[in-house]
Amino acid sequence: MSAQADTAPGVTPAPSESGAEARRLTDIVFRVRELGIVGALALLIAVTAILEPRFLNADSLRNLALNAAIFAILAAGQTLVLITRNVDLSVSSVLALSAFMAGTLLSDHPSLPIPIVFLLGMGLGAAAGSLNGFLVTYGRVPALVVTLGTLYALRGVAFLWTDGRQVNAETLPDSFLNIGTGSILGIPTLALIALVVVLIVGQYLRDFRSGRELYAIGSSPEAARLAGVRTGRRVFSAFVMAGALAGLGGVLFTARFGTVDATAGSGYEFTVIAAAVVGGVTINGGSGSVYGAAIGALLLGTITSSLIVLKVDAFWQQAAIGTLLIVAIAFDRWIGLRLDAALRQRSARRAG
Amino acid sequence: MPAESPFYARALRWETLIVGLIAVAWVVGGFLSSDFYSADSFTTASLDLSEVALMALPLALVVVAAEIDLSVASVLALSSACMGELWNAGQPIELIMVECIAIGAACGAVNGILVTRFGLPSLAVTIGTLSLFRGLAFVVIGDQSVTDFPATWTDRAFGNFGGTAIPNTMVLFAALAIAFGVLLHATGFGRKVFAIGANEEAARFSGVRVKRIKFWLFVMSGAVAGLAGVVISLRNSTAAANVGTGFELTAVTAVVLGGVSIFGGRGTIGGVVLALVLLGSINKALTLSDSISSYWIQIVTGTLLIGSVLVPNLVVRAQEARTHSFHGRRQWPWRTRVDTSRPQEESA
Repeated sequence: MSAQADTAPGVTPAPSESGAEARRLTDIVFRVRELGIVGALALLIAVTAILEPRFLNADSLRNLALNAAIFAILAAGQTLVLITRNVDLSVSSVLALSAFMAGTLLSDHPSLPIPIVFLLGMGLGAAAGSLNGFLVTYGRVPALVVTLGTLYALRGVAFLWTDGRQVNAETLPDSFLNIGTGSILGIPTLALIALVVVLIVGQYLRDFRSGRELYAIGSSPEAARLAGVRTGRRVFSAFVMAGALAGLGGVLFTARFGTVDATAGSGYEFTVIAAAVVGGVTINGGSGSVYGAAIGALLLGTITSSLIVLKVDAFWQQAAIGTLLIVAIAFDRWIGLRLDAALRQRSARRAG
Repeated sequence: MPAESPFYARALRWETLIVGLIAVAWVVGGFLSSDFYSADSFTTASLDLSEVALMALPLALVVVAAEIDLSVASVLALSSACMGELWNAGQPIELIMVECIAIGAACGAVNGILVTRFGLPSLAVTIGTLSLFRGLAFVVIGDQSVTDFPATWTDRAFGNFGGTAIPNTMVLFAALAIAFGVLLHATGFGRKVFAIGANEEAARFSGVRVKRIKFWLFVMSGAVAGLAGVVISLRNSTAAANVGTGFELTAVTAVVLGGVSIFGGRGTIGGVVLALVLLGSINKALTLSDSISSYWIQIVTGTLLIGSVLVPNLVVRAQEARTHSFHGRRQWPWRTRVDTSRPQEESA
């Protein structure tokens, strides 16, 4: 765990020379971790492309990007929460609510400006996120329990609200559906949106004080508090942001698929966590990046597609994803142990 | 709880609160439908919950040891899938049952090894094996289903005990509940499970073989999930890979609602059994009702789950505010031993 603590400059007191050096080491290691997942992705694409060259044509790559986009956005939100040593299982239900709201609003009022729909979707998500955050920070209920509860409750609300109805693509304005299916300069709009979101969240976590504080909290809540971090407020805001991103994912879900009912996105919760964890976000908090999580989402999507392309029995998909997740956390653990050892050796050398 | 108010403490015992909630559910259920009190309604309500109830028992022990097993529903599916394939292969059904339980135990052993030997967090591991075992179930049986199990056994799984309205699966559940209850509350093994959950490091230094015990907890969880796979296949006369999707969340809900702390170290099998009764009662009351949509089941379940931890927390918070003011602020919202509010002294 000390390896993770070192990645949280927010709590490191005036960096001594060895502290800075240690941080450089951890920085390198975690960059290597992200390179590792990029490498795995490249390898997968290369192998698939060699066996089936059509895998690399524009259409199939477009589909890859489209499939991963919404998961990448959800994984970015999940990362914010996971970093603080919490978890948000309710994303899939928030997504369903927001997706259905966007669909109904646009079916009933086709002239509604689309940015308003996005804002409302994110607002709904943020409201759900603040409920989670409030219960976790003020109510002191463990995040796993809170979000398991809201996973159920919000899905129930979605069922009550839709009451068996569903939104159909025909009733939605084309300008909205274009967001989900169209492209700008040959790149799917959805992928561009995901890219922007991931970059924004990534920079927030990298460069903003409050972003760094999320790592500090996840590494050691007590140390973070003693260092003056307002932990409750930060964790609350992480849940709100994750909720807003799930809401955004919901609106995009409607734009992409057109058809929405109360079961939209059910079961996504574990896939999203899996994407983040495969991308190097530790489930115990304090380390990982949004870029890793987004690439993790892309990797999971690519596995599915390449198995289809390679005509491997589709039934192997889930097994492959599960195996990948376990390999990824085992690898993380191994790196963590090595890093701990290296840091200890280094400080011992310094002391001697 | 303050020692000077024993009655108050007893009234706030989590099990007592659940009994109260069950009473409320039964009164409301009676108002909602006249069929609620029928023997048939009891039978169907408990049948529907059979597998989740079985899996919740060992899961409670896993959670008391401060770990979690989210893969149980996938183990159930893998067991069901294997059961179908082995039956197609012409093996005798009794042998298949033993094999399926063994397969479940093997799945649990995989979880256990990954958690204890590799030192990986069980939440992440079992999200992985949730996907892996479900995937293997599909690999084994594909999208086929096997439905021609012998009637003697399907009747046994679906039927009632003797001439009563108690389903056989509930008799099985009761037997296992007693077994796990004794294991957790009356044996040295159970003491050690509590010790691990309360403070793993302290347990290790007191000579508790933490890894070994955790390993066997995962094996038990897997084996019972394998058994649940046998039960669900026979009860529905259908073995398929897609059975029991989402059961892991219901099982966790039952465990937490039953007063087991998600951080470990606290909880009783009795509480989990009562929580299952409560969940079953709510399900039945709202399913039978014409006036209230059954979608409310999920909303009520979710709210209860959160409330079960939140309300006692708020009570404690109010008490702390009254006695020594700043004490409450020194604790971590997400790391607090929230369940100090549930005055059970099992680990003491």
